[in-house]
Formats: sequence, C-alpha cells, structure tokens
Amino acid sequence: MPHDASNTSVSHSNASSLNVTVLVSVGRHPLTARTRRADQDARAVEMALMLTGASVSLLHAGQQDSDHEEAIRGYLGMGIDSVGLIEQSPQADVVPALAKALRESTPQLVLTGTRAETGEASGVTPYLLAEALGWPIITGLAAVEKIEQGTAVVLQALPRGKRRRLRIRLPAIATVDSSAPPARQSAFGPAKRGELAHQQAPSEIDEDLATWHIQPARKRPKRLKIVKSSSARDRFKAAAAKAGGGGGQTLNDVTPEQGAEAIFKLLKEEGVLR
Amino acid sequence: MLDALLPILLFSALLLAAIGAVRRVRLWRQGRPSRVPVFKGLMQVPRRYLVDLHHVVERDKYISHTHVATAGGFVLAALLAIIVHGFGLDSAILAWVLLAATTSMLVGSILVAKRRSPPPSRLSKGPWMRLPKSLMAFSVGMFVVTLPTAGILPEGVFQSGVGWFTALALAAVIMWGLGEMFFGMTWGGPMKHAFAGALHLAFHRRPERFSKRNGGEHRSTGLKPLALNDDHAKLGVEIPADFTWNQLLGFDACVQCGRCEAVCPAFAAGQPLNPKKLIQDMVVGMAGGSDANYAGSPYPGKPVGEHDGSPHGPIVGRDGGALVDAETLWSCTTCRACVEECPMMIEHVDAIVDMRRFLTLEHGNTPNKGAEVLDNLIATDNPGGFDPDSRLHWAADLNLPLMADKREADVLLWLGDGVFDMRNQRTLRAFISVLRAAGVDFAVLGNEERDSGDVARRLGDEATFQTLARRNINTLSQYRFARIVTCDPHSFHVLKNEYADLGTADMPARYDVFHHSTYLNQLLEDDKLMLKAWKGGSVTYHDPCYLGRYNGEYEAPRSVLKALGIEIKEMARSGYRSRCCGGGGGAPITDIPGKQRIPDMRMEDVRETGADLVAVGCPQCTAMLEGVVEPRADIKDIAELVADALIIKTPDEKAAQSKPASAAPRTVEEVTP
Repeated sequence: MPHDASNTSVSHSNASSLNVTVLVSVGRHPLTARTRRADQDARAVEMALMLTGASVSLLHAGQQDSDHEEAIRGYLGMGIDSVGLIEQSPQADVVPALAKALRESTPQLVLTGTRAETGEASGVTPYLLAEALGWPIITGLAAVEKIEQGTAVVLQALPRGKRRRLRIRLPAIATVDSSAPPARQSAFGPAKRGELAHQQAPSEIDEDLATWHIQPARKRPKRLKIVKSSSARDRFKAAAAKAGGGGGQTLNDVTPEQGAEAIFKLLKEEGVLR
Repeated sequence: MLDALLPILLFSALLLAAIGAVRRVRLWRQGRPSRVPVFKGLMQVPRRYLVDLHHVVERDKYISHTHVATAGGFVLAALLAIIVHGFGLDSAILAWVLLAATTSMLVGSILVAKRRSPPPSRLSKGPWMRLPKSLMAFSVGMFVVTLPTAGILPEGVFQSGVGWFTALALAAVIMWGLGEMFFGMTWGGPMKHAFAGALHLAFHRRPERFSKRNGGEHRSTGLKPLALNDDHAKLGVEIPADFTWNQLLGFDACVQCGRCEAVCPAFAAGQPLNPKKLIQDMVVGMAGGSDANYAGSPYPGKPVGEHDGSPHGPIVGRDGGALVDAETLWSCTTCRACVEECPMMIEHVDAIVDMRRFLTLEHGNTPNKGAEVLDNLIATDNPGGFDPDSRLHWAADLNLPLMADKREADVLLWLGDGVFDMRNQRTLRAFISVLRAAGVDFAVLGNEERDSGDVARRLGDEATFQTLARRNINTLSQYRFARIVTCDPHSFHVLKNEYADLGTADMPARYDVFHHSTYLNQLLEDDKLMLKAWKGGSVTYHDPCYLGRYNGEYEAPRSVLKALGIEIKEMARSGYRSRCCGGGGGAPITDIPGKQRIPDMRMEDVRETGADLVAVGCPQCTAMLEGVVEPRADIKDIAELVADALIIKTPDEKAAQSKPASAAPRTVEEVTP
C-alpha cells in the first residue's frame, strides 16, 4: 500500500464550510466491459468521504440510460444520498456543462479520477475544466493532509512510491489515480434508495468528435529487452527497472518563469508547439 | 392451614405465570410479522416434541432418560397438583398417581444434579445450577404434601404441634418449587425453555423440517429469499426487532445445553463465535440489557459483560460495541452443525445470514476479501475475477459437448467455479472420464454457466445471489435435460434447494439435481462401470456439510467407496456430526483469525484414524484440507478414485462391438516416393 494511515483523519480549520464536489463517470470493467463505478472516480469519492466535516456532492454529466444509471448508483452505495445528474446527449462535450455547474455551486475542491474508463478516456477533462474555471489543477492526489484558510496541503503521488507535499490555493481541481486509497464497498440498499438529482442543461455537440474515426485499440507486440548478464542481480535489476526516459533534466530551485521557459523550450524541441 | 394455603399458592403462581406469559409474548411480537397456522401448529406440538425433538435429544441417552423422567413427571405432577390441591379433589387414586409423578421427577432431578457436578464446560452455570435443587424442591414438597391425601399419613398431620412447623417449612419449599416451575417459566428463569420451546415447536419458521406421520423427506435447509423489490424496506436484520417474531421466539427457547458450542468448528478454532452465546445475545437484545448475566462459555477472546443491546438498538454497531461484534457473525462457516445438534430446533444459520445481509447490503461492510469477491461476482460472474469467456480453457483438449450445440442431453454437467482452480480441474477431468466410460449422454453449459450464487448469498449479498440465480435459471430454461449433476455440493445445494424460490410460472426452477457421488453410485448400481480392485492404503471419508447435513446424503459416497473395495475407517466425527473443513459460508474469504485453523483440526481427525488417504466430494473441502501442511493423508475426490480404478474397454473390444464404424476406409494415404 503506497499510502499510510495518516491520511485517514484529515483536519482543517473551518469544517462546516468545506464543499467538495466529486466528478464521477460511468466505468467499464476491463474484462467483461460491463458498466460499473469507475475505479479512479470511486477512489476520488472515497477520498472526499474521508475528509472530516466536508460536505460532499457528486456530479455526473452524460447520457441517460438504465445501464448508466446502474453504474452511477454504484457511487450512491458508498453512503451518499444523491448524485447530481446533468443530462447530456451522447455526442456532447461535457466540459461546458460541468464548468457551468461548478461555477454555480462554487465548491472549494473538485476531485475526480485521472482518466475515464469509457468514451474518449483521454484524461484531459480535468485540465479543460481547470482552464475554463481558471483554477489550479493537481494530478495524482494521494492524500489531503490539511485544509485551512483557503489553501490545502496535499500529498501528490509520484512514480515508484515517491510522494511530494504540495500547498495549493483553493478552489482547485485534483485528480486521483490508483495510488489513492481503494474505494469502500458499494452497498446495494443505499445504492438503490439514493437519489439521482436530474439537472437539465443544453448539450454542446462536440463537432470534432463526429469527424473522428474510432476503433478498438489493438495490442501491439512489444520487443523484449534481453539483458545479457551473468549476474542474477543485474538481470533482476533490469527486469524490475522502469523504462526511464533518456535524457531530460531535473530543475531544482528555479523560479516559475525559469521553469516555464524550460518547459516551453522542450515542447518546441519536441515539436508540440510551433 | 396447609389446605387453605396450597390453593392460594398454586393459583397465585399460575396467575403470575399467566401475566409473565403475556409479557413474554409481547416481547416476541416486537419482531416482524410472519404468518403461521396457529391452531394446526399447536396441534403438532406433541408429535414434534415426542418424535423430532426427542430424536435429537436421544443422541445423548443419559440426558434423554433424565428429561423424560423429569419433564414427564413434572407435567403430570403439575396437572394433578392443580386438581388435587388446587381444587381440593380428595381422590386417593389421583394422589397415588401424583406421588408416582413426583417420584419420577425427583429421580430425574437427581440425575440432572449428577450431570452438573461438576458441569461440563458446554453447560451454562448461573441460574441453571439452581435448577436441579428447584426441581427437587417442587417434587419433594409436592410428594410430602400429598402423603395425607393418599392416606399414607393421617389427615390433619400438619395441623398441630410439630406439624405446624413442618407445614410452614413445607409451604416454603413448595413456594420455591412453584416459583421456579410456574413463575420462572414465563418470567425468564431456566424453565422458560419449556414455555417458549413448546410454542417454538408450534410456530417454527420452517415447519417442513418436522417429520410427518406418513414419512417422507423432512429437511429444510435452503435460506429464505429476501424481498428486494420494496424500495424503502430495510434489507436484513439490523436490530433484534427486525427478526420475525417466531425467530425471536426460537431464540427464547434455548436451553443453553451447549451442544452447538461443542460442535461449532469456529468455536473450537478459537474464532470469536459461540452459537449458544449468539442466541443468548439475541435474547438479551430482545429483552434489552447487557450480557453480563450470561453464565456460559464466552465468544473466544471476548469477555462477557462488555456488550449490550435493546430491541430497537443496533445488533452490530458501525464502529463496533453494540450487542455483537461483526467478526462473530463472519466467523460462521454455515456448516449447520449447531442446527443439526440443537434439541430446540433453533435456526442459528438463518439468523447469522439475516444479520450478514444487513452488514453487506446496507452497511457495505463485508470484511477482508469479501467486497472484492462480491465485485468480481457482479462483474465477471465468478469470485476470482477471471474472464468469464475462459471457463472452458482447462478443457480445451476434452472436446466437451456444449448445451448450446446439443440443445438437449440426459445429464447437464454443472462444472461450478472449480473450473478456474487447477486442483479441481483434475477432479472434473476424472469425473468426465468416468462419464465417458459409462457412456453417459451429457453436456456442459460452458461459458454460459455462472457462479451458482452460493458464496454471494452466504456473504449476505442477496442481490447478487438473486441476479446470478435468475440468469442461471434463464440459461437452464433454454435447454432440455433430465438431471443436473455436479461435483460441487455448494452448487448442488443451491440448485436443488434455493433456486426453486426464484422460479416463475413460465420458468420453474425445480431441477432434479445429483451430487456426483450419488450419480456415480447409480452408475455402479446399474453396472455401467467396471472397476479394478482397490490396492491403496486405508481410507477415510470426509462428509461435506453441504452434501451431508444440508442434503442428507451420507450413504451414496460410502457405497461408491465400498464398490471400489475400500473399507472406510470412519472418523470419530462423521456423518451428521462431520466437522466442517472451514471452507463454507465464505469463511475463507472473510478470514476471521482464531487460535488455530479449522482444516488443521479436521486433518487431525483424519490422522487419528490412521488413514493414508481421505476421500472427499467437494472442491472447497479439497482445497481446505490440501492446504494443511505435510505430513498428512493424501486428499482425493471420489471421482478421482473411481477414475483411477476404471477398467476402460480396450479398442479391440470396442471394435468387436462396432466393427463397421472402425473399418471406415481412409480417404488419404501417404504415398512413399
């Protein structure tokens, strides 16, 4: 387990006023493709529920059908009374509708999974939302340690079990991946009884999406890296090593401007920006 | 004086008893409604008591004789005392009968006292230690006071001089006796078991478990379905008042004899469960209060006096405390040993599953791997989370006939989730080779099969059970078959006893289901199989709970082993007293720690017989027993033993029978250059 017990109790100064909204989506089981609560979103809900004194509300934007309702009810089963449901047509871009709803409800913290299990699953929705709202975004949230006076102290999960402590200004959007604590069991009774609060909102059709050609991903064969070494220790190290990107540099103690410049330079080099 | 005092004493005791009875009945009626045939039930009491209950009590000859003498004596003595002393009927004959009855009761109470000096650990102490003395007080008091009426002592002997003092002492003794026997019966003393027990027999929630005069099956082991369609109803049992009223009545009937405690595998393993204490806790909850007055063995590792409850307070608190701890409920393997042993016919397993249902369906609090297993069952139809389309991968070389292709077959072979387990695949292969050798027309559902729902149901997830069951019923309804045969007693039980409740008019779910041992026995009886003589070492047989106690099949596996030429070295605990392997009821999934492991204790039972091999008939038992460290006896499924001993007809013999088929000309021949 990457997380420790310390994240089970989180303190913050003004308990009653912390509003947390969790954006939840319809998940899809990797083996059977049955709809379910999405794993990362469920972890985001779990993290919100562990914040003492926070009032948690759930929000989902998407189309309406019985399969989807079943999946959304999976979140209700975690002990939540209702989920806000913004009805959208299947081709809609949900970002404007979500941004509008968030602007109206003004939560201090928005939690969500890093990447959806259905649809485009590109993982950019939180970024687009942050851009639309002008809020900071933090990825790979592992724990919320403290919330006080409009800032939150959080732990961000880095690869290979590393953690980084960050202070962020609220309101903010934070995404949760599988390094966050696992979600609690979803109970059938509360799931069945929970309320789906329908909210009507105009669907903005995603024009680009219509022009895209979508097909199932094909698994590509991967070349095995053969390590020729006489020592078992070396072979094990090679097998256990994470593929590290070659090159790159770590910048420490630089001003935000210098950092931004370095990133800008890299993006130009890579041809992302022209 | 005594003549005037006795009727007053008798009738005031009776009046108090009546008031107590009303109070007690009101306690039971706090429970949920449950319809019972009142008059018919009451009429059944003598038979249910004398036949079914006595059948269980008689397993302990000493106490059965004791109970006949004491209870028989008491009932007769009480009735006659009311007539002779209450109404003052001066009949010497009745008085003599009353003397005989009290004598019988006295003999019985001496035997009770003897059993309790010192009491075995399974018996409760406290007020129960006083009971033999109270019995003696009643019988001796009634005996002496009847002597003048019977003409043995002169009339008026208690009315002068020394007689006055004797009469005073006698009145005190009788008052004690009446207090225990009449007043205590309805106000919560040890004699409560007689009052609640009789009514419990009358209004039992499973009337079908009692024998009938015309014989026939009388077993009722399938769990009762939970209605899920009501959107507002609470699911499962949260507070004592959520039990049905006749369940509460059943708890109140407990005599605290501790037979359940003596056979409970979880209790023996030091897990925090004691069926007797659990039932007593339910009584505490029903009446309100703390468990501090409980005078029997506690839940292992949990001191008495720290828990309390009330009829409308939670049984299991979200953060512990309350009446019972959650791990007590999750320790149960649902082996039914307690239910089988209970002389009061109390249904412990029903109660435990009812409470588990609440924890799983309402709290979402299934411990350890429980939640993961249930999620897997929902998403992949098997507890391991394997790809449901890989169900037949293990049999890629067996060319199994699929129901989807054949549409009908004599035998539908239900493979169960053992298909994902490499050890169980060996059993299935063995059984299939036997079926092929016997020329049985069979087919499997293949990827259309789903988990039977057994584990989900025992873990309290009735919703997932019903979903799985309905989908299985739907699949089964598409095909025609004469019977279902399965190597898994859990699937066997669920298909046979629990699916029927979920069937509909156009899709009935009543199947002819056979465990493979029963079917093998039938094949052997029909001379469909030829077996070599057994050459291995000594063998013992482990009865799976879900085959034996749940379905009464003790004989077929034994006669299969006998047909193999095996003489079974029976374990001390076998047949209906077989000890659980620890694998049932989701116990390996919830995995509540104890002092030792249940399968280790079972393999110790095996070791005591000196057998080299233990024959089993259940994938769970195989897995649990094989998990015990060596050195230990080998574990083999009955199907494997039969397959090993098969004499399969050689191709020559087959060719002799069907020459034309084998003489088909080859269409392509290799040409040598």
